[in-house]
Amino acid sequence: MIVEIGHYALVLALALAIVQGVAPLVGALRRDAALMAMAQPAAVMQFLLIGVSFAALTHAYVTSDFSVVNVFENSHSLKPLIYKYSGVWGNHEGSMLLWVLILALFGATVALFSRGMPDDLRALVLAVQSWLSAAFLLFVLLTSNPFARMIPAPIEGRDLNPLLQDPGLAIHPPLLYVGYVGFSITFSFAAAALISGRIDAAWARYVRPWTLIAWIFLTLGIAMGSYWAYYTLGWGGFWFWDPVENASLMPWLAGTALLHSAAVMEKRDALKIWTIFLAILAFSLSLLGTFLVRSGVLTSVHSFATDPQRGVFILGILIFFIGGSLALFALRASALKPGGIFAPVSREGALVLNNLLLTTSCATVFVGTLYPLALEAMTDEKISVGAPFFNLTFGPLFIPIVLAMPIGQMLAWKRGDLYGAAQRLTLACAIGFVGAVLLYAMRGGPIVPPVLAGLALYLIVGSFVEIWGRVSGGSSVGAMFSRAIGLPRSAWGTAIAHAGIGLTLFGLAATGWGVERIVTVKPNQPVVAGPYEIIVRGLEPRDGSNFRELVAHTDILEGGRLIATMDPSRRSFTTRTMVRTEAGIKTIGLGQVYMNIAEVRDDGSLDLRLYWKPYVALIWLGALVMALGGLLSLSDRRLRIGIAKRAATRVVAQPAE
Amino acid sequence: MTRKGRRLTLIASALAVIGAAIGLALFAFRDGVVFFVTPTELAAKTAEMRPNARMRIGGLVQPGSVSKSDDRHVAFAITDNQTEVKVTYAGLLPDLFREGQGVVAEGQLVNGVFRADSVLAKHDENYMPREVADSLKKQGVWNDGKK
Repeated sequence: MIVEIGHYALVLALALAIVQGVAPLVGALRRDAALMAMAQPAAVMQFLLIGVSFAALTHAYVTSDFSVVNVFENSHSLKPLIYKYSGVWGNHEGSMLLWVLILALFGATVALFSRGMPDDLRALVLAVQSWLSAAFLLFVLLTSNPFARMIPAPIEGRDLNPLLQDPGLAIHPPLLYVGYVGFSITFSFAAAALISGRIDAAWARYVRPWTLIAWIFLTLGIAMGSYWAYYTLGWGGFWFWDPVENASLMPWLAGTALLHSAAVMEKRDALKIWTIFLAILAFSLSLLGTFLVRSGVLTSVHSFATDPQRGVFILGILIFFIGGSLALFALRASALKPGGIFAPVSREGALVLNNLLLTTSCATVFVGTLYPLALEAMTDEKISVGAPFFNLTFGPLFIPIVLAMPIGQMLAWKRGDLYGAAQRLTLACAIGFVGAVLLYAMRGGPIVPPVLAGLALYLIVGSFVEIWGRVSGGSSVGAMFSRAIGLPRSAWGTAIAHAGIGLTLFGLAATGWGVERIVTVKPNQPVVAGPYEIIVRGLEPRDGSNFRELVAHTDILEGGRLIATMDPSRRSFTTRTMVRTEAGIKTIGLGQVYMNIAEVRDDGSLDLRLYWKPYVALIWLGALVMALGGLLSLSDRRLRIGIAKRAATRVVAQPAE
Repeated sequence: MTRKGRRLTLIASALAVIGAAIGLALFAFRDGVVFFVTPTELAAKTAEMRPNARMRIGGLVQPGSVSKSDDRHVAFAITDNQTEVKVTYAGLLPDLFREGQGVVAEGQLVNGVFRADSVLAKHDENYMPREVADSLKKQGVWNDGKK
């Protein structure tokens, strides 16, 4: 019964989405306040209906209702409770339901927190958002119904893929989806602006918080996915340039570019056409990612059961929305007046350079990801484009971005002083250079890791030079502190997010100093990995709820002294007859000891993969710091949702910083 | 600087960045791209291939062909039920490597033996590398794994 309510709520949500897609649109075009006012309650109601539907599916999972095909195929009565909850989106149908839920959540949030926005803009945004909802609800109902029943009901389910039975499943997909789908709002804003023809600095102000929210979640989602892959796949890699990863990286790059160009549009009323284009691009790349992952054209742990019908459907959605918005863009863009002018050396100029490099690097990822698919479709030849391609193209394009970041922060709007900026960065350059030389002397090895680490140090220090310049004039520590507090939060946000990139870069550079060992050992036989000695003390079989495992109790010694222990294991899942290794990971300082049992031989000896990865934690900590920077920017007064209308009237008068 | 001059600066820098990207991409495509072949295709094409070209071969692990030595050297054969290729690999096999199951090996052909430096197996019992599934379907030896 509850399952049927869920199904029915989804159908109602579709009907409501169609109404919400049409009525406010007509209202906005005819200036009919009553029709426009329909958008808000409809958006909230739509979210509630999809919420009911999602709750019904969750209920079926938690109560192990195996008469629902989706639950039968992906759950098991003995599965731990957390995986009964997170297993709801650990399959194609459920994950698409989560996708529409988040789409509706963003619509409802705009409806509730947009009091300062002009009525017609809000109505148009919600109408466009609802078109997206309607398309995806139709997709779920027609091709991926999670509520289909099977009679008679089986007694036991087929269990969730063991690789997904991990806390990562509870965190990674929701974060990533909020990020992916969050760009739907910027897309809706862009489409609304194109329909109404009002594209100005105030628009950039309305959009910026939403872009930031999406960007923060996407950053966290990508980092979480990377860490999950790192600890679960067992070979210590954290980024494989796998098409599915690239599918999330591309909207991130476009979204980062959008954040920066929207800043120019907001402050200087320039780059308007470009900003609108980026808003369309970021969500188009999110849709492309959904298509790549969900259509089955790629194989990975992310693509669940494949069905060509679904691929064609998503491709249809993709073509309709991208094509439609680009057509609208082509119609309207030429009518836009160019905004504020600026010299090439200026804050705007630096942000244009940032955009140029980010979109170009995004394009190289795009080519590397889609070229194999295109080639196969045309010539039937199968190739794979691997890490070397991306390291050779993406890497060199990202280095100038890193070099330019602190300089850009230092340049004034309209016309900047490049020489002055460079002078103020002397300290950052010196620290980077000395750091690189010292690291090279200490660690030896190839030249690339110390150079990248030096670059990272330069970026971390350089990110705060501008803030230091504004704070250091204080007469006492107390005065400096109050100056620091008084700075706009967005200034801190920028500095901290940039420093986060530096931290991640340092972690990436440090992978060059890692130690990898593949060894066969007997219990109590020590192995050296970097500065540590690792000793497997003994093996112990253990029973979990739906698996059995063999645990290797392991000691980590430094200079003969025990400093930590870890318990890597091999798990056998009974229902799916599948083995999965649980890596043993111990964080020591910022580095990690990583151990994976590849095989237990008959004579009791173990085949091990053993790694010492110095500073590796910085890769993900850097992403957390980036997200923190984004959060600080979001909390900036100037950007608070709802404040934009009052501020919009002042935007012309605002002095360039 | 005039408006025209500014625009020219912008266009020139855009062209420089895009040009650099295209150059890098073309350069990287020479070495970063790996072809996927089936054992039959490999046998047919051996003559025309660059020596030491990296490639991926995919098929099933020939039952009874796996032999492991104590120093973690593994030898096995990959087959598409028509042709068989001998593969050697020094390292640890993935958890899901099994005889009669789908596998993809990446490496080089050296004196008729494929020297793999990485071996990928399936993610779970339903999943088969798509390249392998496609080529097996072509040979008509694929059963769709229907339950």
